[in-house]
Amino acid sequence: MAANHRTRQLLRYLPVLPAVLLLLVFLAGPVLWAFHSSLTDAGLTGRSARNPEWVGLENYQRLLQDPVFPLSLALTVLFVAGSAIVGQNVLGLALAVLMRRARPVVSATVGTAVVAAWVLPEIVAAFAAYAFFSRDGTLNQLLGNFGASETDWLYTVPMAAVILANIWRGTAFSMLVYRAALNGVPAELTEAAHMDGAGPWQRLAFITLPVIRGSIATNLMLVTLQTLAVFTLIWVMTAGGPANGSTTLPVLAYQEAFKFGDIGYGTAVASVLILIGAVFGAAYLRLLRERKP
Amino acid sequence: MLRRASKTVSLFAAAVLTLAACTPGNPAEGNKTIKVAYQKTDSFTALDTMFQDAKKEFEAANQGVTVELQPIQGNDDDYGTKLALALRSPSTAPDVFYEDTFKVRSDVDAGYLLNLDSRLAGWGEWDKFDDAAKEAGKADDGGTYAVPLGTDTRAIWYNMKIFEAAGVALPWRPSSWQDILDTARKIKAASPGVIPFNMYAGKGTGEGTVMQGFYELLYGTGAGLYDPDSKKWVVGSAGFKDSLTFLKTLYSENLAVAPAEALDPNVWKKVFGEWFPKAKLGATVEGSYAPSFWQDGGSYAWPGYEQEMGVAPFPTQNGGAPGAVSMSGGWTLAVGAETKQPDLAFNFLTTALNAKNSLAFTVASSQIAVRSDVAADPAYQSANPFVKDVSGLVSVTKYRPATSDYPRISAAVQEATEAVITGSRTPEQAAADYDTAVAGIVGGDKTIRK
Repeated sequence: MAANHRTRQLLRYLPVLPAVLLLLVFLAGPVLWAFHSSLTDAGLTGRSARNPEWVGLENYQRLLQDPVFPLSLALTVLFVAGSAIVGQNVLGLALAVLMRRARPVVSATVGTAVVAAWVLPEIVAAFAAYAFFSRDGTLNQLLGNFGASETDWLYTVPMAAVILANIWRGTAFSMLVYRAALNGVPAELTEAAHMDGAGPWQRLAFITLPVIRGSIATNLMLVTLQTLAVFTLIWVMTAGGPANGSTTLPVLAYQEAFKFGDIGYGTAVASVLILIGAVFGAAYLRLLRERKP
Repeated sequence: MLRRASKTVSLFAAAVLTLAACTPGNPAEGNKTIKVAYQKTDSFTALDTMFQDAKKEFEAANQGVTVELQPIQGNDDDYGTKLALALRSPSTAPDVFYEDTFKVRSDVDAGYLLNLDSRLAGWGEWDKFDDAAKEAGKADDGGTYAVPLGTDTRAIWYNMKIFEAAGVALPWRPSSWQDILDTARKIKAASPGVIPFNMYAGKGTGEGTVMQGFYELLYGTGAGLYDPDSKKWVVGSAGFKDSLTFLKTLYSENLAVAPAEALDPNVWKKVFGEWFPKAKLGATVEGSYAPSFWQDGGSYAWPGYEQEMGVAPFPTQNGGAPGAVSMSGGWTLAVGAETKQPDLAFNFLTTALNAKNSLAFTVASSQIAVRSDVAADPAYQSANPFVKDVSGLVSVTKYRPATSDYPRISAAVQEATEAVITGSRTPEQAAADYDTAVAGIVGGDKTIRK
């Protein structure tokens, strides 16, 4: 009887089995594989392609001596801070707040325009951004109308260009999250504050933001993780150049693993990236948990 | 609950079965498939044409065999990456593939290529291949693993209209680097809107940066990349710094393109398709295959290019012997080590490279012939007016050190050129960075100061 009961209990978990299997195969698997590879000298070609040797932490030691690594780490932080934490997040919130007050026509138009960039496949968005910033691109033509001379944006300010492009591409996500969150702010709360004489800024700072704090943390976590992984956009726009001026960690990992055929070293870079993602994730989760008393 | 669970299980099982049914099993007897991987771009279709023809010919002669062509779209770098990834697993590895000569050794080391010695011995046409070209398909163990399709050389291609306008005597034949700079400055003075002398640099143009650019300089200084006697990589050479300084002079005096344009991976398309035909570029260092872009049916067809373009050997630094430098590479066909039908795959390879198909490909892609019967064919000799000039450069040409470390070394050279033309490092600093990079790649004990 007890055995029967246990079988039934076990069977109850059966429906989640496919999901768990998929997670193991497609998420945990690659992460473990990357970490394992980073401890070997696996290559795309040459002797180490057939029989990779265990090299322990050698790839990580090499990483610490590689002059491109600190640069790339700094650029990654700059990219995430500039385009996700400040750019997408703040702009998304601002749009969501403003759209609540705007006329429905304006709100719908702006919403469509912002979401359009988001629904574009990444490669299409990347080409669009490249076409915008390149030497004979839209930006230079627009500026030319005001008599400005041609600038090679992707060459002179590559990081600014990719950050702006990523803000353009990703703001819709934050905007949608915040629109949903703002709809959940009880109207009577803000009205009461209004009665007590609080101005719009005060209402935002002391009522709205604290109420939607959970959404802010969730949104920050999601956009940070998404932005950490951005590769196509940067690869298409600048390929990490000039002179490594926009080589973020995903670009570096790709270059090492597939352009130079050094899979071991490339996966070491990728492992560092996974680690950074995990640290950010944990920090935001903490932020979320503190909300509940 | 139980019922729902068993339903889920059966759905899952059905999905697994469906997926399994999609993966190719062992083809039935008499219904075999040969997978052929090669590169195809919108500006390089000659190879695709050759394989289409070979497929028809081979399928007609071998009933029941299907040749599955798998053209890979991408530049040389991307093609190499994609091929290497496919070769890593026996289930995705092609049976026959297009392989860059400089990757042969490292891919043999990786166990990707089938030894062809016994099969080549039984192929009557193998004697017609040039001995020097045969070397390209050999690995460290002395065995032959790949059959050359053709080879190439590099020279200076120049627009005679622009040179005439600047009062340069034709045909132009520079005797030293100084001669190149003097001519370029003359052109700049005569036609300010023209790019006088372009040389590729930076990581954008990849292997093109070193093959059509930096190595012509480096090997003309007496220094090299690799010392074959001691089997060590050369560091700290004056030649390396001089070569970087030459590039710096070209770029900082605006004699070449703007650095921002040089770093665009597509700059070569502008060279062939826009700047030369529109007389906006004086000269560039490019491969012997240049006419393939301009001739009838080429991707940048330019009627009358023969009257406007000239070709000159690239000089050594100070005009020292042998007076000129050229680099050679070229591509081969190889058979995958894991192929299930090695005989059929080899037979397909010989069909693709028979006299008829070789001739058509050599002419269409402006290759330098590696088969004696193709080289003797009037159609080859009259393919374009430059065949004789560029074939003559074979006598001064150099090959890259095709070791497994080479791709990373090449990347380090490209990085040095990029640092110099963007002004982020001086030639001395960039050369020192290169030395450090090389020691890091091969180990300090495998470098030699010259």
